Amino acid sequence: MSRISQAFEGKKAFIAFLTGGDPDIETSEKLIRTIAEEGADIIEIGIPFSDPLAEGPVIEDADERALASGCTVDLLFEMVGRLREDIDIPLLFMTYYNPVFKYGAAKFAKNCAICGIDGLIVPDLPFEESAELLLPLHENGLELVSMITPTSGERAVRIAKEAEGFIYCVSSLGVTGVRANLSDEIGGVIEQVKTVTDVPCAIGFGISTPEQAAKMAAISDGIIIGSAIVRIVAEHGRGSVEPVREYVRAIRQGV
Amino acid sequence: MENTNIKSKGRYGNYGGQYITETLMTAVLELEEAYNHFTNDGAFNAELDGLLKNYAGRPSLLYFAEKMTEDLGGARVYLKREDLNHTGSHKVNNALGQVLLAKKMGKSRVIAETGAGQHGVATATAAALMDMDCEIFMGKEDTERQALNVFRMELLGAKVHAVTSGTQTLKDAVNATMREWVSRIEDTHYVLGSVMGPHPFPMIVRDFQAVIGREIKSQFVEAEGKLPDAVIACVGGGSNAIGSFFEFLDDESVALVGCEAAGKGVDNPLNAATIANGSVGVFHGMKSYFCQDEYGQIAPVYSISAGLDYPGIGPEHAALFDSGGASYVPVTDDEAVEAFEYLSRTEGIIPAIESAHAVSYAMKEVPRLGRDKAVVITLSGRGDKDVAAIARYKGVDLHE
Repeated sequence: MSRISQAFEGKKAFIAFLTGGDPDIETSEKLIRTIAEEGADIIEIGIPFSDPLAEGPVIEDADERALASGCTVDLLFEMVGRLREDIDIPLLFMTYYNPVFKYGAAKFAKNCAICGIDGLIVPDLPFEESAELLLPLHENGLELVSMITPTSGERAVRIAKEAEGFIYCVSSLGVTGVRANLSDEIGGVIEQVKTVTDVPCAIGFGISTPEQAAKMAAISDGIIIGSAIVRIVAEHGRGSVEPVREYVRAIRQGV
Repeated sequence: MENTNIKSKGRYGNYGGQYITETLMTAVLELEEAYNHFTNDGAFNAELDGLLKNYAGRPSLLYFAEKMTEDLGGARVYLKREDLNHTGSHKVNNALGQVLLAKKMGKSRVIAETGAGQHGVATATAAALMDMDCEIFMGKEDTERQALNVFRMELLGAKVHAVTSGTQTLKDAVNATMREWVSRIEDTHYVLGSVMGPHPFPMIVRDFQAVIGREIKSQFVEAEGKLPDAVIACVGGGSNAIGSFFEFLDDESVALVGCEAAGKGVDNPLNAATIANGSVGVFHGMKSYFCQDEYGQIAPVYSISAGLDYPGIGPEHAALFDSGGASYVPVTDDEAVEAFEYLSRTEGIIPAIESAHAVSYAMKEVPRLGRDKAVVITLSGRGDKDVAAIARYKGVDLHE
């Protein structure tokens, strides 16, 4: 079993997302250490992109802040290398495909492996297009996390059969962002994919409160929280370490 | 790099594909199935042909520009008058096709991006005709430089959203429309305006625009008894260009030339010349050439022409560039404005500033060709929308 899948062993996993380099690399590094200390099971580090099409305004603004502060993929590789001195939980990059493609997928995968990244989530690389990235990732011992959505229909089973790490189950249509009301329609899709795979299923998009986290954790193997954390970073900037610590602690207790 | 992915669809050489989120995959698969079904259906094609003929005013004229030919003193110049279509540009060909398709698919609402506003106007027009709800996304900067088109869309019953993210131009309008679509795919069709985005859009838009080239070929053969030596069109995403070129792809004697927006010049950061300055990347659902930095961040591009102010190019153009099937040349703002004024004075035809990029290239090339040669320039749209912007460019105060 892979390191990513192992993070789900014997518990509901809490996966935290934040944009790398937001508001700057130094604060980002502190935030990741803090989130790990507070018991997150996996951390997704977003690589900021000029045009993050799957994101709502909260993460879009974070990407803009990170790029404005001079964040690059190379700086994030270095940051992850430093974090790996004292963090053992799986770390993933969440990235649009173009930064990987332009860097060179083979070189990108190699640098991920060197600095200690366990896998990638690439929202604009669906099942049909994933082959060109899978080969360099696998050659470097990395996994590619697949996504399924409430509209995946019969595709969900095909995706699940080839899934690795965990399956990112999108709670609802639309872009990332906090939602007041969260439907549990993805639960049916999860039940369906469970018949063909043992790979854990985690739900993301829209979760912000401990109650929502508990509700979504009950119908899956774990939950992903992004915009709610990034929103705190937006509000407190370099002073966001303690408010993020408090928030993550509350969520950890809820899951 | 060889494309080894057997699952991937909609490839033009190594370009194209479907680089989109899982939620949108459902929508594009549904669209592809519907497109294949309806375009194999005689009734759909007859209905669309009827709309093109009786509503849009097709076929558009192929006009022999006699004064321009005399003045330039080289090849004979023909203008394909897409500017004479209802709504004033080639965009109506695709908008009627896609909105009709959306209606047949049972959708009740269409959304679209627009740059100069021509695609937004065409979509709003088709939606009004076919009783569909319509919302248009337009960069805030473009709503200002094309204020008249915003009001036209509103007159037609569409809701216009000014997009304030990023560079506030066409790229950001596409982002906003894709984000809107992903939140509402059940009742909504995204009428993409150019030969870009994920498969099947580059194919669908090309097929709906290919009427331009089919007409050019038959009209030209009727006028001259042979094929033209060159077909010249402007390229942003590239829909009027691929529409003009497609019928001639197997005719090796016909040079196909796409004219890109070079803004302040290809050596100046303020340009949108994707083939001249871009590199291969993956964005907006497709693999193609894009203006981007070394880390794959999409570049903020610039052109006087809102319709060509886009950091990418359709995947079929990328493949045609690589194979040499077509060539692509940069044209600056200054050259386009000069051509805009030249065609207005010489032929009494005010072209869209987008189309003026193609006119400019012809002005340079035609005098070098012999009098036995003949070229066709696609005038993709009319220039009424650009008059205020050209006045500003020239420092003329119109007291708007």
